[in-house]
Amino acid sequence: MQQSAEFGELRRAHRSFAFPVTIAFIAWYLLYVLLSNYAGGFMGTKVAGHVNVALVLGLAQFLTTFLIAWWYARRAAARLDPRAEAIKSRMEAGA
Amino acid sequence: MSPVQHTLLAAGEASEHRTLIVTLFAVFVAATLVITVRAGRQTKDAADFYAGGRQFTGFQNGLAVSGDYMSAASFLGIAGAIALFGYDGFLYSIGFLVAWLVALLLVAEPLRNSGRYTMGDVLAYRMRQRPVRTAAGTSTIVVSIFYLLAQMAGAGVLVSLLLGITSDGGKIGIVALVGVLMIVYVTIGGMKGTTWVQMVKAVLLIIGALLLTFLVLLKFDFNVSELLGRAADHSGKGSAFLEPGLKYGATGTTKLDFLSLGIALVLGTAGLPHILIRFYTVPTAKAARKSVLWAIGLIGTFYLMTLALGFGAAALIEPDEIISSNKAGNTAAPLLALHLGGVDSDWGAVLLATISAVAFATILAVVAGLTLASSSSFAHDIYANVIKKGQATEKQEIGAARWATVGIGAVSILLGALARDLNVAGLVALAFAVAASANLPTILYSLFWKRFTTAGALWSIYGGLVTAVGLVLFSPVVSGKPTSMFPGVDFHWFPLENPGLISIPVGFLLGVVGTLLSKETPDAGKYAELEVRSLTGTGAH
Repeated sequence: MQQSAEFGELRRAHRSFAFPVTIAFIAWYLLYVLLSNYAGGFMGTKVAGHVNVALVLGLAQFLTTFLIAWWYARRAAARLDPRAEAIKSRMEAGA
Repeated sequence: MSPVQHTLLAAGEASEHRTLIVTLFAVFVAATLVITVRAGRQTKDAADFYAGGRQFTGFQNGLAVSGDYMSAASFLGIAGAIALFGYDGFLYSIGFLVAWLVALLLVAEPLRNSGRYTMGDVLAYRMRQRPVRTAAGTSTIVVSIFYLLAQMAGAGVLVSLLLGITSDGGKIGIVALVGVLMIVYVTIGGMKGTTWVQMVKAVLLIIGALLLTFLVLLKFDFNVSELLGRAADHSGKGSAFLEPGLKYGATGTTKLDFLSLGIALVLGTAGLPHILIRFYTVPTAKAARKSVLWAIGLIGTFYLMTLALGFGAAALIEPDEIISSNKAGNTAAPLLALHLGGVDSDWGAVLLATISAVAFATILAVVAGLTLASSSSFAHDIYANVIKKGQATEKQEIGAARWATVGIGAVSILLGALARDLNVAGLVALAFAVAASANLPTILYSLFWKRFTTAGALWSIYGGLVTAVGLVLFSPVVSGKPTSMFPGVDFHWFPLENPGLISIPVGFLLGVVGTLLSKETPDAGKYAELEVRSLTGTGAH
């Protein structure tokens, strides 16, 4: 089963999303940590009232986390679950 | 004591307030004991004890995961760090949350499909059982004990302060009480009892934080900018309070420490055994995914509120008062409750008592989860599969788990009593660094790297573990600074407080080196089986 085209598609559907997105959000998070460390002046720039760039970027980390979670949930329901269930029921019927 | 005097201690000492706090603690303890006994009656086999019968829904488990994760360090520690250091305290909130994406995208679902009761189940799936399970059990117990110590020390500080207990005997008594309660929860209630306690706690904590956030915002007419401005002025540090760098910006070394902490936070979560075993309590991988989605929503909302709590405390309380109450700021949240209600009013006392009871509930729920993780790993990985070579009956295995709970409880009471004056936040960050160095590399390689071998797993687990713990031993956390565990001696040579920057890459690298150097041929058939099972759930328990 692991060699089958059907499983290959499921694996690709999972990896082609999970791997690049993981690299992207970790890079984005590290960028934020590095900016906090080495770009104090930029981070301290006032945006509105007492709200500065640092706070806006911090809240943006929250926002991207929520969005990626939501995006993955939708994608998994559409592309992973149907394939996984089809393979599982076929294997269990065959066993 | 300082001339500022602890308003908190004063409030705690006023006898009617103390009665109220003790009553609320007692109500929570009584309620959770009832839950535990009822759960215990329904605990019949190993799947019940270790995995709560796998009958919880995604939402229920999401609540319990949140209850397991939001520790005293989150609630008290982050609010305190923001209150004292402003923006730098916020990094904890961000790292603790973003970390959940690693669990969501890479770990939760495959783990649920391929394991049974412990983290070791997944690591040992296609490897030689005995050495890998021994390694997994060792790192599970080490990570959990570091984490436990932090919670026990936190309980000692918090409860002693609230009840006005300052004697050493009194503090040790509190640590012992927490230890005995967690032993009772876990031995009687198993995973079912622990899960319900964590769910109740998550609800209480979120309601408590919502209430405080609402009251803080109300004071500033819901104008966030004004809250920030007042916090900055009142802190005495001006606009620097709202910018990064107040705590970690001093020198090149402290900046590296910040980076190290940031990496440990984001990679640690998906390697924490007490979090990972929670995914076995739901029936399917889809339900495990739902648990993480709920957890991200709940935990994210909670961490957003820590901003209001921390900056609220900075805006409304004199910095001296926060520091004199607890140097690390751990009591900023209860102090905030007292001030929001009015220092000399009944409403202030009620609010203080409520928030303190919530913090106490938080600690109890987390220590129960940690104890369960380490005793399951001892019983399932080490006793049943290594010592008994897989020949133990279910009854023997659960018996071993119960005895291990008593043993681990006793050890943590002892260590917790010794550690009662230590820096709590440092210990938690250390547990994250060890988890990210020793556990996460092996989990990821086992699931996604075909060539990975037993030798690679052992190199990675032991290498990550020894590097992380070793570097801490020779860091300023242990010796050489006034804030160290042993301030009187100095044998430190590693400059950073958090080892993650070095030990996490070492853990990942050693997994590769160990695999490439070993002559062992990986079991291709087993990997094929694991791969299909982890993605589809075929044959899952």
